[in-house]
Amino acid sequence: MDVLSQLQRQLADFLASLYREGFVDDQFTQLQKLQDESSPDFVMEVVSLFFEDCEKLVNNMAKVLEQQVVDFKQVDSHVHQLKGSSSSIGAARIRNVCIAFKTFCEAQNREGCLRCLQQVNHEHAQLKANLQSLFTLERQIVAAGGSVPAMQ
Amino acid sequence: MANTSSFSSSPSTKFSFDEKPHVLAVDDNLIDRKVIERLFINSTCKVTTAENGKRALEYLGLADGQHPNHNDLKVNLIITDYSMPGMTGYELLKRIKESPTMKEIPVVVVSSENIPTRINQCMQGGAQEFLLKPLQLSDATKLRCHIKKPLQGGFAGEDDHA
Repeated sequence: MDVLSQLQRQLADFLASLYREGFVDDQFTQLQKLQDESSPDFVMEVVSLFFEDCEKLVNNMAKVLEQQVVDFKQVDSHVHQLKGSSSSIGAARIRNVCIAFKTFCEAQNREGCLRCLQQVNHEHAQLKANLQSLFTLERQIVAAGGSVPAMQ
Repeated sequence: MANTSSFSSSPSTKFSFDEKPHVLAVDDNLIDRKVIERLFINSTCKVTTAENGKRALEYLGLADGQHPNHNDLKVNLIITDYSMPGMTGYELLKRIKESPTMKEIPVVVVSSENIPTRINQCMQGGAQEFLLKPLQLSDATKLRCHIKKPLQGGFAGEDDHA
């Protein structure tokens, strides 16, 4: 197998594992379909925006949760934003944490919220690392003269 | 890359004769704005985004104290998120439908929450459609077809062949 075929095989397998392990869902595929010659870095751009946004929201939530009296409505509003964004890019695990997170906000459960916040951080880090590997593979494929089709 | 203005427009086509449909997308979430923008650009539309209802009304010339002087403003579809701070998508819908100049523009409301009373409210309020987020390519294609019907003057030379 030549280098290009090997890389493409690696990419396909890696992508398949991300779906299988629930890191990304069908909405991520939609994003890839939106990427074309006129917007070759679309997925990377949106994903970067998402990670920035996620970090900001997490920091805000942490601040609110460390107050003497927690404003759970505010936390909930941030979780709602994060749930929406993660859903829009197909970040399935993060979205799922947000669903649990919302329940804890509604129950005004600080401990539960803090646990979810930790989980969001964890999932954020994992997804970031995974997508960085994905983009690196894609770049290598393009450098080797190949093209990157969206996964079916 | 930071866009400090409240609207951002994709570059419009050089040829004004065969005009691309113009979509106004309203959403307070930056990521959703990016995705919706791309969805419609890929469906060969020109897209303007606004981050909330107030900005959208300003763009349309419908804000309080504004005189609707945008005779040359052509918007063929408005797509708005339901949950936004300040003014909900429903409230925006009502304002648009109350306007003699803008009421003919189809307004689509999108939401991440599937709440029947909310959906009914929007449809009663004159929404063209109510869609659930996240939006997909198939949604944009479907909405694009709605725009093909002659509205606000229609399109000269619009190609009906798929």
